[in-house]
Amino acid sequence: MGNVLVFAEHQHNKLIKPTLVGVTAGLEAAKKNGGDCFAVVLGSGVDAVAAEVAECGVKKVFVVDDAALAKYTADAHAAALAQVVKDKGIETLVATATAVGKDLLPRVAALLGAGMAGEVIGFNDGGTMSRPMYAGNAIATVSIEGSPKVVSVRSTAFDPAAKGGAKAEVEKVTVGIDASSKVTKSVDFSETKSDRPVLTEANIVVSGGRALKSGENFKTVLEPLVDVMGAAMGASRAAVDAGFVPNDLQVGQTGKVVAPQLYIAVGISGAIQHLAGMKDSKIIVAINKDEEAPIFQVADYGLVADLFKAVPEMTDEVKKLK
Amino acid sequence: MKILVTVKRVPDPNASIKVKPDGTGIITDNLKYVVNPFDEIAIEEALRLKEKSGGAEVVLVSVGSKTAQEQLRTGLAMGADRAILVVAEQELDSLAVARIFHKLVQDEKADLVLLGKQAIDDDANQTGQMLAALLGWPQATFASKTDSLESEAEKSGTPGIQISGGAAKVVREVDGGLETLELPVPAVITVDLRLNVPRYASLPGIMKARKKELKELAIDSLGVDVKPKLKILRLDPPPKRQAGRKVGSVQELVQALHNEAKVI
Repeated sequence: MGNVLVFAEHQHNKLIKPTLVGVTAGLEAAKKNGGDCFAVVLGSGVDAVAAEVAECGVKKVFVVDDAALAKYTADAHAAALAQVVKDKGIETLVATATAVGKDLLPRVAALLGAGMAGEVIGFNDGGTMSRPMYAGNAIATVSIEGSPKVVSVRSTAFDPAAKGGAKAEVEKVTVGIDASSKVTKSVDFSETKSDRPVLTEANIVVSGGRALKSGENFKTVLEPLVDVMGAAMGASRAAVDAGFVPNDLQVGQTGKVVAPQLYIAVGISGAIQHLAGMKDSKIIVAINKDEEAPIFQVADYGLVADLFKAVPEMTDEVKKLK
Repeated sequence: MKILVTVKRVPDPNASIKVKPDGTGIITDNLKYVVNPFDEIAIEEALRLKEKSGGAEVVLVSVGSKTAQEQLRTGLAMGADRAILVVAEQELDSLAVARIFHKLVQDEKADLVLLGKQAIDDDANQTGQMLAALLGWPQATFASKTDSLESEAEKSGTPGIQISGGAAKVVREVDGGLETLELPVPAVITVDLRLNVPRYASLPGIMKARKKELKELAIDSLGVDVKPKLKILRLDPPPKRQAGRKVGSVQELVQALHNEAKVI
């Protein structure tokens, strides 16, 4: 059988792009295992999300509509998701390794007594999977024994599934969430306000490193280039550690993993841990004063220059194209 | 309050990691080992919570080879009270490690468990969440704080995690912002980079650490199922990305991106 269940994450009852990536991964896993691919939506008032997921190529969409699931918390969501996996005889549970996916899936795996592979980048013949280890310095071939199995997939490793296909059946399921299992309360959410594209979804990412020297320089030097390119802004861990910018801009193994069409690294030396977060980008540009910087070893185009001169100049040049 | 903090021995994050030609592992010759950087942040947070409350005990726990004593001693030198090392030479997966910690938490009757959000060797990011599930405790992953690491609060050693009246308040890093969770204690909390800047062990701290208790337990003595479900079959080096070319000017760069790569 080998049926696969994709956890369809949404934000405020809106489908998010990483979920479509998870669907593609789920469909691939189901094909390799010779089973069907289902999806599950958890929440309250999520019919529209379920309808959207139903058009992405899955066999069926399960919906658990429960007031206890209105706001995401790991305790209630994990209990509900584990129950669906059991009730529907699922062999492999798949979700994208978003903040929610990373928080939720291991908890579900432990509730099920299942083995888990995280940040999987490929499903191989013979049931094995590939995942990075050691900050991307090694690619491990892994297998999970027994059933069920739990797998999170890296959001940049699969293309998002196309929406708008034939409508699959949507089935409401109840799992009987014990109110006492939900003890965690989300009391505040301070959203990072930005008119720019989401870092992990942007076509162009411009990142700054420690060489920018200050948070002020991120604003006055880097941001004009970011905006003229319609890009998302990122940063190296060194720049985050130095307090120039908040951590949610961090690109790297310990931050966000991105794979845009164009990645521009400004004043970033290219530590292993940063490369792990951006080396799957289609085109990489490096601007750095130090011509020995390791970032040049992965860059398609390298410019050895003082960023404080080159970046404003580049902003003007790009403006001319528009 | 008793706080358990997990400590993993991992290769130095600044070391260059190379895969063995036969794919059975990484080359470990001359490799330096350290406390997993995220665990170091967890130790620091536990010490701050202890200093603030006045009455807590901080117990370090590790699972691994005997050599992990070094990393536990480092944590003791930072100021933890005592340490437990579960000696295991075999391969373990996150679930097996979570089961071992589960047993230790029960035996120690801990009130709070702090872990790094992930270890920088296997990059699994699973053990804390799994432990919370096994204990039936609430969890808060990726603990951070709103104060910057340059702030006065940070410099004065204020904990980012607030515990009072049997509840913990945790600011977490999630996609698109910071979420604040309230959860009853006992609880499991995993920590992210921006929670604090860990202290260095002082010389007196190092001297004192030598006399602190470091108990070793044989993995078989715990009566826990540690057969791994996740098996690593082989390791390969990542595909190499070809270096491109250097351009001479900003103009040349923009033209190349526009006309050649066609990405702008």
